[in-house]
Amino acid sequence: MKSLLIISRHPPARQSAREALDVALAAAAFGVPCGILFMDDGVFQLMKGQDATQIKQKSLAANLQALPLFGVEDVLVCQHSLGERGLQANQCMLDAQVVNNAEIATLLEHYDQIVTL
Amino acid sequence: MNFAIALLAGPQDPAARSALEFARAVLSSGHQISRLFFYRDAVHLASQLGVQPQDESDIAAEWRQFIAEHQLDAVVCIAAALRRGVLDEAEAKRWSRPVANTSAPWTLSGLGQWVDALQSADRAVTFGT
Repeated sequence: MKSLLIISRHPPARQSAREALDVALAAAAFGVPCGILFMDDGVFQLMKGQDATQIKQKSLAANLQALPLFGVEDVLVCQHSLGERGLQANQCMLDAQVVNNAEIATLLEHYDQIVTL
Repeated sequence: MNFAIALLAGPQDPAARSALEFARAVLSSGHQISRLFFYRDAVHLASQLGVQPQDESDIAAEWRQFIAEHQLDAVVCIAAALRRGVLDEAEAKRWSRPVANTSAPWTLSGLGQWVDALQSADRAVTFGT
């Protein structure tokens, strides 16, 4: 099987955030070895203490928590994107692994396919 | 070589044109397209209801003609399509909507079709963000 890395770049209030998670869960459900990397505004999806109901949305938390259960191997977050937004790794759900630019370059080599959503 | 092509952006985005030109180039270079997958706002391309001014290009019509002419497998993500009001006859009936706005050569199906295409293609290319 070809491995797949999904790069999720949109903030949680966007439909795009949910759609990127859907791809990760669908791929994992088909037994595809896959990982997800949150970068740019996508890092906001991981912030603890969000209350989506205030903007009449469904929380992403359930989908995020399903990632490890479905076997999404790597849940990663971009260090540079966190820093740009004044955020710390300990504010992230799921114990996402923080990766720097050099590690991201290695990831792009490691995975067979990359999809940015 | 076998290409899987996904489009994420809607008809108003230049990526919809780039993807079509790329798909044409793939075929004219003697390669194959194993599947086209339309996700996110790209599902609007499958709607037959858009009307463009006469002196402007109609990207949705061009896609439809390209897919029909080459008998390509063109899958539209069903979840993304339902959210955005792109329904075929079966879905319009299922959800009691007054009209359907898409039909062949487009097929509404699940994300698994994209996952499957990614696995089998020699090259997978995504357009739009």
